[in-house]
Amino acid sequence: MEDQNKTTTQALCYHCGEDLPAIKYQAGDKDFCCAGCMAVFKILSENNLCNYYVYNNNPGQQFKNELHLEYLDEPKIIDQLLDYKHESSSIITFYIPAIHCSSCIWLLEHLYKINPAIFSSRIDFLKKQVTISFNHDEISLRQLVETLGQIGYEPLISLQDVVQEHSSSVDKALVLKIAVAGFLMGNVMLFSFPEYFGLSGFEKQFQSLFGWLNLTFAIPAAFYCGRDYFTSAITSLKHRHINLDTPLALIIAVLFLRTAFEILFSTGPGFADTLTGLVFLLLMGKWLKQRTYHHISFDRDYRSYFPIAVTTLQNGKEKPVSINEIKIGDRLWIRNGELVPADAILMKGEAWMDMSFVTGESDPVHKVLGEIIYAGGRQTSEAIELEVIKPVSQSYLTGLWNNDNYKNNTEKQNFNDTVAKYFSLGVFLIAFAATGYWLLQNDSHKAWAAFTAVIIVACPCVLALSTPFTLSAILSVFDKKGFYVKNTDAVEELSKCDTLIFDKTGTLTSNEHAEIGFSGTISGEEKIIVGSLLRNSIHPLSRHILKTLNVDRFYSISDYKEVVGKGLTAKINNHSIYAGHLSMLPMAVKSASESGVHIVIDHVYKGCFDIKQQWRSGLAQLILKLSKFKLLVLSGDTDKDRWMLDTIFTEKTTIRFRQSPHQKLDAVLKLQQGGNKVMMLGDGLNDAGALKQSNFGIALTDNINNFTPGCDAILKGSALNYLPDFIQLSKDGLKIIKTSFAIAIAYNCIGIYFAVQGTLYPLVAAVLMPISTVTIISFTTMATRWFARKNKLI
Amino acid sequence: MNILYFLVGCSVLMALIFLAAFFWAYKTGQNDDVHTPGIRMLFDDEAAAEKSEEDHFSS
Repeated sequence: MEDQNKTTTQALCYHCGEDLPAIKYQAGDKDFCCAGCMAVFKILSENNLCNYYVYNNNPGQQFKNELHLEYLDEPKIIDQLLDYKHESSSIITFYIPAIHCSSCIWLLEHLYKINPAIFSSRIDFLKKQVTISFNHDEISLRQLVETLGQIGYEPLISLQDVVQEHSSSVDKALVLKIAVAGFLMGNVMLFSFPEYFGLSGFEKQFQSLFGWLNLTFAIPAAFYCGRDYFTSAITSLKHRHINLDTPLALIIAVLFLRTAFEILFSTGPGFADTLTGLVFLLLMGKWLKQRTYHHISFDRDYRSYFPIAVTTLQNGKEKPVSINEIKIGDRLWIRNGELVPADAILMKGEAWMDMSFVTGESDPVHKVLGEIIYAGGRQTSEAIELEVIKPVSQSYLTGLWNNDNYKNNTEKQNFNDTVAKYFSLGVFLIAFAATGYWLLQNDSHKAWAAFTAVIIVACPCVLALSTPFTLSAILSVFDKKGFYVKNTDAVEELSKCDTLIFDKTGTLTSNEHAEIGFSGTISGEEKIIVGSLLRNSIHPLSRHILKTLNVDRFYSISDYKEVVGKGLTAKINNHSIYAGHLSMLPMAVKSASESGVHIVIDHVYKGCFDIKQQWRSGLAQLILKLSKFKLLVLSGDTDKDRWMLDTIFTEKTTIRFRQSPHQKLDAVLKLQQGGNKVMMLGDGLNDAGALKQSNFGIALTDNINNFTPGCDAILKGSALNYLPDFIQLSKDGLKIIKTSFAIAIAYNCIGIYFAVQGTLYPLVAAVLMPISTVTIISFTTMATRWFARKNKLI
Repeated sequence: MNILYFLVGCSVLMALIFLAAFFWAYKTGQNDDVHTPGIRMLFDDEAAAEKSEEDHFSS
């Protein structure tokens, strides 16, 4: 067994766990897949940090390209990034996507061993954040980031770090309110016990003491903990519509007024226990609803795609400038692999733009001098010079993102709010009818008692509780299966969808498991020549092809030249060899595929390595299961895969190719205008518009740490096959909510029976309300589990 | 029975102290990250020092 383990570990890189190439790097008795991994290992071992490898096998990440961090020397940018700065120490928080296991925590918390100028570092594992405090006199921010980069933990510094919105403070206030409400409820319950058991009759003096104490506790419950309900009710009334908070605010007010009245005039014990209990439970429900999943940030917008700084040329000198400060007319210097942050005109250099963010097409597009390059393009060739023609905020990409067509801000009317309207009306009708009846009987005391009692008993707290409890139980089921939904409201939207739109690339096909195929003929000897050439390049394509070639010896080469993003050329054993893009080749070649890596040896065309996208497994069964929905495929790609799509989808399915982001967005809009509820499944930013506009947008991704555009849910590629079950469970969830309403109404009928007679005692209310609440919560929890099991999701 | 006044005062005071303690704990961020400390406490201080010595690499 041990031997077996050894052989498997030996075949993998000691640092990152990748398969070893035929010629491996060695340090001591450890094998590495590349120089980068070996370099990280050397740094760690020199600093006595090899415990890193003790906690997990192969915990490292493969080494990335070099970093351009000049902008981190700009004091203006540093100030925007730092959390805290004082005399010689600074504190900064980085988002590091590479954090994935306990070894990462161990290493990043021992940074002080690598550089003594780092005082301490703390990790928040779920948020993938590290907070570092360091001496900025001894180590600059740039050096700090470089140190992190050297050990394979390059922080991702994007514009969003600078323009942070502090949204978490809302949650904090809510938790404090819950704490206060819990404290109040506990104490009020304690002081109400004598009343429940009729003890206060013996000790009159305590009855009034407890009454006054209860009233004191009711004040913060109503005006601190319940304040949000009042503000929400007032705003909704101003807009002339009733939401669920309106009756809730009314009940809190009635409970408080009646308690105050009864205590002040010593006419009864009041309803302080009901009031505090109600507020506590309502806030709990609210908290459940707000609790979204922190390990995924849904709120990333276009800003998170952009770096925070870009190099500009001022009088021929490179100067990093914060993106916010870019003006029209600035000269930008965009290197290989960098994003163009604003629409600009090409002034100098060869531009090969990867526009996959914008159009979905990942083959680089050639741009000539004077052409406009839209924001979002990634340069894949040499460095170029651009002149900005539009500021970042007005560029094509941000325009697409903030398109006016997008969902307006009026909140989606959810089931709760619809019911709340009729519910409130019904309660008022009964309350006024009861009051009117008792007034006609000339019993004003009972009229007043009946009015308040009806409103108290007909509390819509079930409405406020059953929905968050059911939907968050469903969310946690989804979560375990790799389907991360933004919030509970989205689940309701999911259940209503009747039309599904698929994007092709990255959605129906998987980018992760792309296969490399070779069209043409190549001999064993030539393979070695190609391998010898490719192993000199760090381009991911070269590395992929090298792996598939699987050669075990290499020749020495001379005259090596690499045009980044286009190809390689060199002389090997008196053969001249080219590998790369068509336009790079020394002669015109007619080839079926324009993309791919073409090989020419001694001016003879040998063929081309092509990346074949792989269709996701189980796609045909999935589509069969989804046949009751209206299906569409909108692909930004060419129609080369039409035959494959035709075999998967039925004739009824609309399949369109060469769709621009705007066309996708329009298609969604058109369907929505036709009364359809649209679900959109897409991946990149090129679907962002459609994802955002659709009723339920799902971003499909193979790596959940990738950035995802504005969407309602993130779905792991491997969980795509569960999609019909997810939709079914969300529908069952709505059924559960409706059933719980029926139960609540049954309870309310009992309560109202006593209430209209004006004989509702606090004790009855105090018993009835918690019982109905507990019934509802346990019913929804159990029913959700039952349905989840039925849909085979647990 | 007048001792009850004192006891009630004590109980409310105790509850207030606990509430204040919770406020303090929450405001100082003790509940911000409830996942990582659980992993962190599993790290040995220098227990694996011998092994790291063996891994020590010097060029």
